[in-house]
Amino acid sequence: MRPVYLDNNATTRVDPAVVAAMLPFFTEQFGNASSMHAFGSAVSGAVKTARQQMQALLGAEFDHEIVWTGGGTESDNTAILSALETQGGRDEIVTTAVEHPAILNLCAWLEKSRGVKVHLIPVDARGRLDIEAYRKALGPKTAIASVMWANNETGTLFPVELLAELAHEAGALFHTDAVQAVGKLPMDLKTSEIDLLSLSGHKLHAPKGIGALYVRKGVRLRPMLRGGHQERGRRAGTENIPAIVGLGMAAQLAAEHMAEENTRVRALRDRLEKGLLQRIGNAFVTGDPEQRLPNTANVAFEFVEGEGILLLLNKAGIAASSGSACTSGSLEPSHVLRAMKIPYTAAHGAIRFSFSRDNVDEDVDQVLEAMPQIIEKLRALSPFWAKGAAASFTPSYV
Amino acid sequence: MWDYTDKVKEYFFNPKNSGVLEQANAVGEVGAISCGDALKLMMKVDPETEIITEARFQTFGCGSAIASSSALTEIVIGRTLQQALEITNQDIADFLGGLPPEKMHCSVMGYEALRAAIADFKGEAWEDDHEEGALLCKCFGVDEGMVERAIRINKLTSMEQVTQFTKAAGSCGTCVEGVEAVLTRVNAAMVAEGEIDAAMAFDPASSVPPLRRARQKQSPLAPAAKGVRTTLQKIRIIEAAIEELRPYLKRDGGDCELVDLDGDRVLVKLSGACVGCQMASVTVNGIQEKLIEKLGQPVRVIPVKNH
Repeated sequence: MRPVYLDNNATTRVDPAVVAAMLPFFTEQFGNASSMHAFGSAVSGAVKTARQQMQALLGAEFDHEIVWTGGGTESDNTAILSALETQGGRDEIVTTAVEHPAILNLCAWLEKSRGVKVHLIPVDARGRLDIEAYRKALGPKTAIASVMWANNETGTLFPVELLAELAHEAGALFHTDAVQAVGKLPMDLKTSEIDLLSLSGHKLHAPKGIGALYVRKGVRLRPMLRGGHQERGRRAGTENIPAIVGLGMAAQLAAEHMAEENTRVRALRDRLEKGLLQRIGNAFVTGDPEQRLPNTANVAFEFVEGEGILLLLNKAGIAASSGSACTSGSLEPSHVLRAMKIPYTAAHGAIRFSFSRDNVDEDVDQVLEAMPQIIEKLRALSPFWAKGAAASFTPSYV
Repeated sequence: MWDYTDKVKEYFFNPKNSGVLEQANAVGEVGAISCGDALKLMMKVDPETEIITEARFQTFGCGSAIASSSALTEIVIGRTLQQALEITNQDIADFLGGLPPEKMHCSVMGYEALRAAIADFKGEAWEDDHEEGALLCKCFGVDEGMVERAIRINKLTSMEQVTQFTKAAGSCGTCVEGVEAVLTRVNAAMVAEGEIDAAMAFDPASSVPPLRRARQKQSPLAPAAKGVRTTLQKIRIIEAAIEELRPYLKRDGGDCELVDLDGDRVLVKLSGACVGCQMASVTVNGIQEKLIEKLGQPVRVIPVKNH
């Protein structure tokens, strides 16, 4: 049986066309883009092409608004740290309770070590941002507001264009961690007020270790890594040419497949969700049912623990992930589900299935076949199942 | 992905003795759904012989929690209560061929459930039924007794280990000081009882891990590492060291004297058989090692011809 990979929000398979585009840049075209000879000019041309491919995917006005980085985390860190430097006299950050650790842990550290005030805006039970609280937190002290475009666990989308405008009204910069959104949603940054946007290559079929930071023209940026003059002095360090070329190709492929993502992939996701809820009781879909990534399904199964589900799924040849504590090495369940006030009885048993254009109908069939037995088996082991089923939690929005 | 042993996988995929034991007369329940794992251990104990004749479990938790619970039932069946009281969490982990460090709390949960079940059989109040105030870690419902038992049984000496074994201080962090105090107190008692080496004991004031501290103690650099010496003091130490070495050099027909000390450069004059000897560099290295040991700081010994 073909292995079923439904963990594309964790990472994606590098597209074979991306690999093919990268290969010459390991061998024949090994030059340093900064060099004043033929070896250098060949690769600097390729970097420019990649920049234009990414510009097109994002709908950016200029190709030089794209700065290559080592990944989403580096982009996030650069954006926040730069804003604190360039926004003189402003030392507050407005962000959300459900951001990726790349933002949350950075903010916690800034709060502790530099006395930066961080406002964590809450979300409701569907994971939607409290816009009124966001508006109130913005003020003359806000250096930057940072809100993810799409949540990695539930797929819930945030109205970043609106949030950017609100941030600008307060004179703050606006950054979005769009790691999960880029390549899945059409974007047109030149018509938005978004100042900074982070993306990661390996979430859109490019390799790991490459990402980009979009910096709207005119927004001042202080580099996080200091050294050479690469990337117009905005990110020092010799460019990772093969990976940049790969990410450029991946951006082009993502643009070409954008419609498929929102039709065929979405249909797979919807069929899986519906099928699981039909077959298994005491389960519900988390996140905003309307404003959601087309590829992400996060289903909470009550009275079972996520790691057990994943181990049994893995045995059935299915790869998914969980917001459960036990799988991550942390002891607490997902901060996202807790921010949504999903009760512990369900948060521990939340499973994320995330699709990509690589998935097919049979993948969904296989999960629908395997999952009911898995949940039944674990519930039979659980001391809470028999006594809990009757008094089970029913979210108000189901 | 956790690196589970085959035994853990076997006991997770096909757990033995799972489900409800109807005529149980010794039941122990530990953990809670909010904590992420919970175990209900049900045993049937023969009142005459006090032998555990049957045991079953129900567990909410990860793969290793289910495997640990199942392993526990396998271990206790056929034992007397007295024998069962001697079982520790380490026995459960060993039965499974080991657990990842982050999962040791699963074995501790089994150990705690067993004690609770035995207390239930004897009609004793299980000390885990604490008042709210007795909880050390409120996030995971861990009390001081459980932390102390885990520290003693497993010879824990760091906060990281305590969290791995009991989950205490693994979430909000408000109980870190409290848990540190318990670890400090219990380690000190264990040092006094000869259970652990003093160098291994937890020291809240030190950020150096115990093992590193223990190694440093054995290092030849350690005894001299305190305080800064004057040049004159250093010269005296060097001369005394050379004096100690002199009999060995003389035995081979050679000699050595200190010419000068210039920062970390020790200039010496080799004489007698040492001069032109092919082993001179070995001799110099030997002297250098001795001086480093005595001075407790790195120096270079440089032979000079005439001065």
